[in-house]
Amino acid sequence: MYDNLFFIIVPYAVTIMAIVVTAQRYFKKPFTYSSLSSQFLESGELFYGSVSWHIGILAVFYGHLIGLLFPRQVLWLNGVPARLYLLESSGLLFGLLSLAGLVNLIIRRHTSARIRAVTSKMDIVVLLLLLTQVALGVYVAIFYRWGSSWYATSLVPYLRSLFLLQPDLATLAPLPLAIKLHVMNAWLLIAVFPFSRLVHMLVVPIPYLWRPYQVVIWNWNRRKIRGVAARPKPRPVATALPLSDELKPTNRPVTTR
Amino acid sequence: MDVRLQISMVFHLDKCIGCHTCSVACKNVWTDRKGAEYMWWNNVETKPGTGYPTKWEDQEKYKGGWERKNGQPELKMGGRVLRVLNVFHNPYMPKLDDYYEPWTYKYEDLLNAPEGADQPTARPISMVTGQHIDIEAGPNWDDDLGGSPVYAANDPNFSALTEEQQAELFEIERLVFFYLPRICNHCLNAGCVAACPSGAIYKRGEDGIVLINQEVCRGWRMCVTACPYKKTFYNWSTGKSEKCILCFPRLETGQAPACFHSCVGRIRYLGGLLYDADKMLDAMNAQDYNLVEAQRDLILDPFDPEVREGALRNGIDDATLEAVRRSPVYKYVKEWKLALPLHPEFRTLPMLFYVPPLLPVMANTDAGTYDTANDELFAPIEKARLPMQYLAKLFSGGNVGEVSYALKKQYAVRLFKRLETVGDMDAATVKQALHEVGMTEGEAEAIYRLTSLPTMDERFVIPPSHREEAMQMLGDDFLLDRGEAGLGLRDRPARGA
Repeated sequence: MYDNLFFIIVPYAVTIMAIVVTAQRYFKKPFTYSSLSSQFLESGELFYGSVSWHIGILAVFYGHLIGLLFPRQVLWLNGVPARLYLLESSGLLFGLLSLAGLVNLIIRRHTSARIRAVTSKMDIVVLLLLLTQVALGVYVAIFYRWGSSWYATSLVPYLRSLFLLQPDLATLAPLPLAIKLHVMNAWLLIAVFPFSRLVHMLVVPIPYLWRPYQVVIWNWNRRKIRGVAARPKPRPVATALPLSDELKPTNRPVTTR
Repeated sequence: MDVRLQISMVFHLDKCIGCHTCSVACKNVWTDRKGAEYMWWNNVETKPGTGYPTKWEDQEKYKGGWERKNGQPELKMGGRVLRVLNVFHNPYMPKLDDYYEPWTYKYEDLLNAPEGADQPTARPISMVTGQHIDIEAGPNWDDDLGGSPVYAANDPNFSALTEEQQAELFEIERLVFFYLPRICNHCLNAGCVAACPSGAIYKRGEDGIVLINQEVCRGWRMCVTACPYKKTFYNWSTGKSEKCILCFPRLETGQAPACFHSCVGRIRYLGGLLYDADKMLDAMNAQDYNLVEAQRDLILDPFDPEVREGALRNGIDDATLEAVRRSPVYKYVKEWKLALPLHPEFRTLPMLFYVPPLLPVMANTDAGTYDTANDELFAPIEKARLPMQYLAKLFSGGNVGEVSYALKKQYAVRLFKRLETVGDMDAATVKQALHEVGMTEGEAEAIYRLTSLPTMDERFVIPPSHREEAMQMLGDDFLLDRGEAGLGLRDRPARGA
């Protein structure tokens, strides 16, 4: 009964909500998308907290993602004990790294008066959820070993069943409480995602790597206007006529050099 | 030839009295907001001094601007991969304490304090934390402190001077300072634009104003480091970066920016410049001593028919060309070579130019005797209190020739007018002074008039923005369009959750 609620109803509800709200926020309130960095107010402690947290959690996150997308390959990889030990221990190491970073960030947020001034209630909720999640993850990694392998057989089928809209709790139900809590808390994190600063992970500036350095934006194409300015043009009716891309005011660079 | 228009500026330092009216005008209009209290898009510094933020010119500390790497300009803070990796923690980011912690006073204590033996006081409280603070710094903490061993002595530009020259500047009889008002330079090769991982910072094609799209900025903070002038600021409350917008809503309606309009000494000039974007790479790659010349080469002659053709081809109309022909900036920078860019060696091609100040010797000490008398009415610039190398470090990438030419020319104008109005000069001396800088009497008169007697319309020649055409093209509700122009958010700019 509770399993159905926590592992089927809640996941669908929070996922749909997260997608809708995140998109709505992105398009309607783009101003609220920011890393909300507090480095300007406190930089020293942030280095240890933020860098280790982000490196640790990114490695762990992509580890989970790869395990989910390529379970067979991971199982094959783990077929040789040496490779299994390497994968497990590095997973644990990154988990501990992110945990250390997170604890550092929480202490910093608590002790620095300047940082407290820019801390919202949602920040505290997010930090506590993340702490729970990472702590449970590290606990599971230590006490229920070889997760990189059993993940493929216990959790991947469950997640895939959700994705295929044929929820099946058969492989999840017998799992120990700590693992179930880890999964449940993950859904909670997805629930708060669109309402928190976590959305900054969606706007990581990867396109910067190939963008031209200088960005020049013309609000309107003057060559075009002046070229046809010889005869007066009727004023287009508001919103009724879609403007061609060339003439639209744009947030994207029109010409760059 | 790729002709583009840049709204450009000249500050005449000889006329600046350091009153900070510009700073206050800007503060009142734009940065009197939470998270922006510490920002001074316009500030006035005392030179020699450490400035705001402290020692901003020291790029070994702040890593701002560009440097040449393998013949190509690259940001001093590193390549683009590094920038993406450094979003977690930017190692060169200036901190609040590099500027100052903004404060107010607890005025209500003056009224509400219980009766006691002591007079109640209004204690300072931080505008960040709301707690009591001891004020240790402010935006112009070294105001007028030329010669101070705490501030002036730490001026990064002293690296251009010998020990002896530095020591002289701190002799009590020779103490000297001048004011350096600073706003965003709206650079052609802006470091902030290049460093922005989100692509939120851009140059407006129409007039060259550099803006930060507040809805695209994600607070990665790279612009704060990349701007060598430290004129992009991080709003710690909204989590967005902000900068001087050259009061574009005023410019678009034909008014000068607030800091220009309010300038008491009337030191500020604003007008259009046409430049050749095809030559930009050469200008940013020039040798240090040649940077001023290379930047001047970018600027095109608006009277040249070929330039006119190129301008029309690029959609710059005759009304704008006419404004550029009357531009005071064109005269000061290109025709007269009087105005120089600030720290061209940062290689951002700044488009705010400064007429360097004449600081004549008023007195000297000789073997312990203090002598206020001077054998000449206007001491020649070789005897100026500030060593030429110092000004060259500020305004010409170390090229003393550029600074000395600008000063000699100003000096010659003074002699010329003295002869004309008072007549107690030797005509041959004046002629020699004019000849030395290759200046005709007509040019001297023109410089005199634009320096001393300019009307508001001569100081600010604002090219028409032709917003009416933009409106026509957008074909949209007039009020809504304002939001598309960059500012004018439709929601309250509240901090994201």
